[in-house]
Amino acid sequence: MIRGVIIMNDQGKPRLIRFYEFQPVEKQQELVRSIYKILCSRAENVSNFVKVDSLFGPDVRLVYKTFATLYFVFIFDNSENELAMLDLMQVFVETLDKCFSNVCELDIVFNFNKVHTILDEIILGGQVLETSSSDVVMAVEDISKLEKNSNSIIPSIPGWQGR
Amino acid sequence: MALTCPGPPSSAWSFPPLPPTRTNASPTSPPPSPSTLPPRTSSYSSLTSCARIFPLPVFMTSGKPFVRKKAIAAILRVFEQYPDAVRVCFKRVVENLETTDVGILSAVVGLFCELAVKEPRSYLPLAPEFYKILVDCRNNWILIKVLKIFAKLAPLEPRLGKRVVEPICEHMGRTGAKSLAFECMMTIVSSMSEYESAVKLAVGKVREFLLDDDPNLKYLGLQALTMVAQKHMWAVLENKELVVKALSDVDVNIKLEALRLVMSMVSEDNVMEICRILISHAQKSDPEFCNEILGYILFTCSRNFYEVICDFDWYVAFLGEMARIPHCQKGKEIETQLIDIGMRVKDARLELVDVARSLVIDPALLGNPFVHGVLAAAAWVSGEYVALSRNPFELVEALLQPRTSLLTPSVRSVYIQSAFKALIFCIWSYGKLNGDDASDPSALTELVAKCHLEGNSETVACESLSDTEVDNANMVIAGGQMSSASSRKYHLTKESLEGLVNLVGTNLGPLAGSDEVEIQERASNVLGFIELMKPELYGHLGHTEGNGMKGKLEASEVVKLMFDVFSEELGPVSLSAQEKVPLPDGLVLKENLSDLEAICSDVKFPLSTSFSLVHSQIMEKDTASSPECKEESGPSTESTSLLAEHRKRHGLYYLPSENKGTTFNDFPPAHEPKDKTIDEAEDLAKLTEESLIIKKKQNQVKPRPVVVKLDDGEGLNVAVEKSKVKTDLISGAVREVLLGNEATTSSSRSKSSNKSSKRREVDRIPESGNDIVNTAISERSNVGSGRRKHQTHLSSGKEKEQHDHKGKQKRDSRHHKHKSRQRADGAMNIPVQSPVIPDFLL
Repeated sequence: MIRGVIIMNDQGKPRLIRFYEFQPVEKQQELVRSIYKILCSRAENVSNFVKVDSLFGPDVRLVYKTFATLYFVFIFDNSENELAMLDLMQVFVETLDKCFSNVCELDIVFNFNKVHTILDEIILGGQVLETSSSDVVMAVEDISKLEKNSNSIIPSIPGWQGR
Repeated sequence: MALTCPGPPSSAWSFPPLPPTRTNASPTSPPPSPSTLPPRTSSYSSLTSCARIFPLPVFMTSGKPFVRKKAIAAILRVFEQYPDAVRVCFKRVVENLETTDVGILSAVVGLFCELAVKEPRSYLPLAPEFYKILVDCRNNWILIKVLKIFAKLAPLEPRLGKRVVEPICEHMGRTGAKSLAFECMMTIVSSMSEYESAVKLAVGKVREFLLDDDPNLKYLGLQALTMVAQKHMWAVLENKELVVKALSDVDVNIKLEALRLVMSMVSEDNVMEICRILISHAQKSDPEFCNEILGYILFTCSRNFYEVICDFDWYVAFLGEMARIPHCQKGKEIETQLIDIGMRVKDARLELVDVARSLVIDPALLGNPFVHGVLAAAAWVSGEYVALSRNPFELVEALLQPRTSLLTPSVRSVYIQSAFKALIFCIWSYGKLNGDDASDPSALTELVAKCHLEGNSETVACESLSDTEVDNANMVIAGGQMSSASSRKYHLTKESLEGLVNLVGTNLGPLAGSDEVEIQERASNVLGFIELMKPELYGHLGHTEGNGMKGKLEASEVVKLMFDVFSEELGPVSLSAQEKVPLPDGLVLKENLSDLEAICSDVKFPLSTSFSLVHSQIMEKDTASSPECKEESGPSTESTSLLAEHRKRHGLYYLPSENKGTTFNDFPPAHEPKDKTIDEAEDLAKLTEESLIIKKKQNQVKPRPVVVKLDDGEGLNVAVEKSKVKTDLISGAVREVLLGNEATTSSSRSKSSNKSSKRREVDRIPESGNDIVNTAISERSNVGSGRRKHQTHLSSGKEKEQHDHKGKQKRDSRHHKHKSRQRADGAMNIPVQSPVIPDFLL
């Protein structure tokens, strides 16, 4: 099971936090800070896996990858394969890239709702749903089409629609 | 955006209920908003209550694969919260194992993987399905999940392992995906390690990973190797060079894994070599890794009473070396081990004392706070086994050097006490040397001759050892491990002794006024002793004096007593030793405890000018009555006075002590290992001797020294944590569904007797589940006649469409219609009968 997904920038500011197990808000902040501390101290060209037993419980690891200024962090336990998680992260980033052409940090900041949608298409409740980025992109496009259609019926609420 | 925020259940579902017509839409139409179920974690609780009103199983029977997929993924959470839901929809879940849609299959298998990790036994009946998927499927994700499931199932069922191992090896060889190869590797290594050929293949793959440049693969390879190491050490030894190379890798993870692997390789033959390699690494690395290495070495070498060590001399020297490493923070552990080895391994004491001496002499170490623990141990060892030291004078000098003021008070008090012991030893030896001459002149000349013998590798003291030290002496003589560089000879002359006493007096004088109570007390002890000794010492040294005979005797008696005290061997004490102490007659342990309150209520000790010791008898109830007083002889120091005062007041509660002429309170030195119970020193010593079991080890070129262990376990008896068998509700329900309850299904089996006899196990399982559902429902009070029709309808319908998806879909759509009709009354009934599991599948 995937325990959580975090996107944070290289100053430690979280851009997306998703925990698939209930954590109170303070705990979430604390976890993000601890993970940031761990990631800061990692050199380059080292393995992307870190054991985080102390933070999350036994047998829990995280895999991280740096893309531009962002750290993408997936936290998972024994039911997931490490290399598969790396692949999944790749799928996620590729999907983001396709949905926002040449995605950068600002895109994620201002379109967090869309990012959440994309993430939900890939992972639901800690379980992996989809591993092909093209399928995810298709689904996301369909959703946004639906939203546009429904907005004609329901009065549009600013901020709901992705820019 | 269809996602909603968590809220009260009723508003959590902001989408319209699923109308039946929607299900006929083509698969390519956009996913309806119900598919984006609120996945925010905190809404899962609302999900469960919703599951009762508007359950997820509905979605599982939906026509759309993406809806089904998401429903299956979400159902896991429902199961966690609401295990009864298993009974309702588990068979639907199982049906999905046969689906051709990759997404759904992946979701189902993922779900089972999660469930199987927690409680694998319940899912054994599904093994055939998983096997089919393992063999047929080509999707890596699904295969990985299935492999994980088999990793959990295989240990439970040996035949399963046998069947599964071949397809796994096939996959491992064939695949180009590293993730799948890794998973195969891990599965074989963890749960199928008895199949040698498979393990060999897996180890080959591990080697490939280790040789790769990618640090991820190296790390994972090392992890896999660690798992192999438990049962197949040959695999690790084969890849030894790679592992050692990994020790100096840039990546911390890789280094730690490599370190762990290296330590698992340790055995008697290679422990020295491995330690040497590791120490060189430690000295080069950063503090954290250095301490990791040291920690691992200390742990492995001391495991099971130093099982792997044959050459304790080397190990003791190694400990000393470790203590000197700049980054070392393992001082506590080294300290414990030094003392432990000193107590258990007699043969190593010589070397130990040498190492201790070098540690104590070095002034540079005194400034390093991390090493203080080790220094305390070194000082204690030097004092305790001073008979084996090369030069007690040097030792005393080192222990009392002014730089010791840098030490913490507790460590310093050990230093003082050890210096005291060494002093006693010197005086006693000298006294023995000279005292013998009156009775046996020839002995003296012999002694004197031996004393001045050049190149004699035995200490002077050896010759004048009392009986208790004889075995030590024999060992020393026979040890043959004397350092030829420096002879152990030292001149025990009047001048040297005088100098020693003066040195002690000078150094300890200022400490007698120290702020630290421990230091002050011990310094005062020693100084008092010296005061007592001085007149006799200086007068005694002329053998011809006859007047001072009495005084001399008293002083020498004192010295002898002190020496005897310190020559008592301290050994490990078993935890049950106290129980073995026989209760003396007349001792009543349980009575009179009410008096304790009278005593303990007043905290302050009254000041009293006269000290008195309690007479060694059990007192009557009346504590106010003045106990028999006995004059205290010998040095009256503050510590004894406080204790005396306490004894006087609460004499009733002290065990009877030996009626000695003098009462020297022989308190143990400060740095005893914690598990010592010292009540009656002599009784206890006798008891420990009885309970010692000495283990000897043969077939060594140099016999491995004896390591003293106690028979009845010394370590803290950690109560075995009984992990409470938490009844896993989910697995219980699953088992019910899968295996069926014999009694209840008998009735419904007759109903379904017209089913075709040729059926696979697969069909029987959902069938029995179906029966369960049927019977469960039939037991419910809320059974309408309409339902019975549906029951028979369902059971007969089932047999027709075995592998027919489309048929099932049609059935499902019909069910939907029934459901929508029934839902109205179903919804009404739920608040009325809460324990009833509403059946929405009929």
